[in-house]
Amino acid sequence: MTSRTISSNSGGGSIASVSALVAVFGVLALIIAGRTIDHAMGIQAMTFIVLVTAFLVGTGMWAGNLINRNPFDESRYEDTLVKFGVFASVFWGIAGLLVGVIIALQLTFPNIFYFPEFGWTNFGRLRPLHTSAVIFAFGGNVLLATSFYVVQRTCRTRIAGGMWPWFVFWGYQFFIVLAATGYLLGVTQSKEYAEPEWYVDLWLTIVWVAYLLVFLGTLWKRKEPHIYVANWFYLSFIVTIAMLHIVNNLSIPVSWTGTKSVQVFAGVQDAMTQWWYGHNAVGFFLTTGFLAIMYYFIPKRVNRPVYSYRLSIVHFWSLIFIYIWAGPHHLHYTALPQWAQTLGMTFSIMLWMPSWGGMINGVMTLSGAWDKLRTDPVVRMMVVSLAFYGMATFEGPLMSVRAVNSLSHYTEWGIGHVHSGALGWVGYISFGALYCLVPWLYKKKALFSKSLVEWHFWISTIGILFYMISMWFAGIMEGLMWRAYNEYGFLEYSFVETVEAKHISYMIRALGGGLYFSGAVIMAYNLVRTALGHGAAEPVDSKPDPYANPEPRATLVPAE
Amino acid sequence: MTDETKDVDQYSGVETTGHSWDGIKELNNPLPRWWLYVWYMSIAWAIIYMILMPAIPALPGLGTNTKGLRGHSDRAEVAKAVTELKTARDAQSVVLLDAGLETIETDRTLQQFALAMGESAFGDNCATCHGAGGRGAIGYPALADDVWLWDGSLDGIEYTIRHGIRHDTDDGTRFSAMPAFGRDGLLKRSEVDDLAQYVLSLSGRSEDSEAVVRAAPIFQQQCSTCHGANGTGDRTQGAPNLTDAEWLYGGRVADIEATIYNARNSHMPAWDDRLDDATIKAIAVYVHSLGGGE
Repeated sequence: MTSRTISSNSGGGSIASVSALVAVFGVLALIIAGRTIDHAMGIQAMTFIVLVTAFLVGTGMWAGNLINRNPFDESRYEDTLVKFGVFASVFWGIAGLLVGVIIALQLTFPNIFYFPEFGWTNFGRLRPLHTSAVIFAFGGNVLLATSFYVVQRTCRTRIAGGMWPWFVFWGYQFFIVLAATGYLLGVTQSKEYAEPEWYVDLWLTIVWVAYLLVFLGTLWKRKEPHIYVANWFYLSFIVTIAMLHIVNNLSIPVSWTGTKSVQVFAGVQDAMTQWWYGHNAVGFFLTTGFLAIMYYFIPKRVNRPVYSYRLSIVHFWSLIFIYIWAGPHHLHYTALPQWAQTLGMTFSIMLWMPSWGGMINGVMTLSGAWDKLRTDPVVRMMVVSLAFYGMATFEGPLMSVRAVNSLSHYTEWGIGHVHSGALGWVGYISFGALYCLVPWLYKKKALFSKSLVEWHFWISTIGILFYMISMWFAGIMEGLMWRAYNEYGFLEYSFVETVEAKHISYMIRALGGGLYFSGAVIMAYNLVRTALGHGAAEPVDSKPDPYANPEPRATLVPAE
Repeated sequence: MTDETKDVDQYSGVETTGHSWDGIKELNNPLPRWWLYVWYMSIAWAIIYMILMPAIPALPGLGTNTKGLRGHSDRAEVAKAVTELKTARDAQSVVLLDAGLETIETDRTLQQFALAMGESAFGDNCATCHGAGGRGAIGYPALADDVWLWDGSLDGIEYTIRHGIRHDTDDGTRFSAMPAFGRDGLLKRSEVDDLAQYVLSLSGRSEDSEAVVRAAPIFQQQCSTCHGANGTGDRTQGAPNLTDAEWLYGGRVADIEATIYNARNSHMPAWDDRLDDATIKAIAVYVHSLGGGE
């Protein structure tokens, strides 16, 4: 009676509709693969067909084995999906960081790490692979996993949509695979952080709309009277990324069976759209999304109330209102009209305090639990992430000031700035959340090894400091060299001399990146051993401890 | 829920908002004062900046945007700075263009100006291939020595910069073409190998005297027209001197065999259309000064 059990609730219908949607795209890919004369498109389409086939076969086998069991039982949280998200995050994180170390070595020792016979290993292809892997693959999976976990707990209801959250997860992984293999094949629309071509953009749009609907649906059927602050932040992230992604990727394919497309905007309008997107990808992907993580995992972990409800409201609305205008500061002293530069700069300055609101609220939540900084390295990691967040969100407005920007723009200072935010803030709050989630999800008393977390923390922190300081040094040095004139009014240094001067800094940066990568490998090992129940990761007793999840209350009944 | 009853946090004594999500509560603390005041100040600063500088677009009657009380314009300032620089440079550039080598070497101010201009332009246009300071690289001649393929005089260097070497679209470009003796089947593989030994012997480095003897007539027949009977080269046709132990493409046996087998014939672009006359002259003065100018 398998089929009747499933089709008797909304879940069974969702299995069919997800499978149908995926199958339709599989057929489209088959048609493209058959008709295309574009070699790269052929490979991309075949890759997609393989993924879709695996998905459909896997779904079929899984559904066939259900035997009278409702896979979408409304009285239970969907935690298997979160487990998938956690380990996808770990996998992509390691991959993305490794590529980062490789390209840092390519810049440091271009004679050694240059393989002309393997074109796909060129810096130009590996660089977007690194940025997309760490931002979208690692960061995106952390956001998917934590948002699915948090929205269920704080709404006290199962995630909405039956099979659709699984479509969001797997669809997103397909997006990552298509984008990454596309970069290596040389497929790109040359927009920073938006490199995937039109067909990958379309696929992501569908996945993202499904994500939005699943998230909204869960909020809609919540059992709590109010929506928790973390969910405001997640929602702003999902909605704004949808808007940014669609507008910045507006383009017309040259052919329906080819990879290449032409942008709708041109010239300075295109540049402005791109940096409206690029800046707000930082704002709404890497800031509000991860603030949502902060707002759940810090109070939960330290078992203290959030410092100020009022601050969370004021800084949320001011952050999202002001952030969206600050993009033009990426185009100071360019063809962009000066009034738009003024807009970007002044809004960046006004953004400083709204950004810090999140840091204050997070750090002050530790009031009454400061001792945990000493005793719990996971808490320390999350609090240090807020310190890096505070530093980066001060440095950002500073660099947006035109006079400062004339020195810092295009230099390594920008790279250092991004990485203090990425490694320090995004990385550490994510690692903190993963360290919390694995014991919670697998019902373990503790992590496999606390001292390995200490090792991870210290190795990575030294790595971040090496990275940041070497890039400050290199950036300010090259900025000063670029603007140095001799007494006759000619440039003092040629470009190649400024590159040569950065060699030592590049070595230190590669070392810092290598240390950070090593820390992540230690974490991966620790998390896997925790999930397997080794070491200190003993099963929790039936009596819930402070870190265990309260089961959904008895009022939750299957929605039939 | 506990919306109606007051819920006070025991540690801080602060009231909570009364809600609890998965055990998480929120304190009802006010906004930190310092935070609020710093934010107000940043907003005030932003408003003042917008009044002073170009800022608000599309207000009726104000053109494309408000110009700001300071009347500042990036574009106007750049145009002004470029004009000033041009004016300042033009006077000396005119003198430099007409000056011969002797004048430049005796007029210290002019020489310093030319060298500063030349070094700067060389760094951004030439150093990519020829290396910083003209130190050269495999395939890219060193300019800091006294070995010249074409012409080491000031005028000769200037001519090379202007017209390039084997630059397709320049009729006056310097041109020579060594045949690919091996690839095009003019010589057998063994003859190419012998010839490499002969070339090495010209700078006293051959280790195979029999090969040298075998290759001597081949060299006279195939190579001496350009490289000269003694292998000392001919700068009028860009044929390198083979006796000086200086090698553009490396001096190992394999390198020389590869040169004879495939020929090299590398390119240098013509800079005539890319750089102005004064800059080209200045680069020539700079290159001439590096060590081997004639």
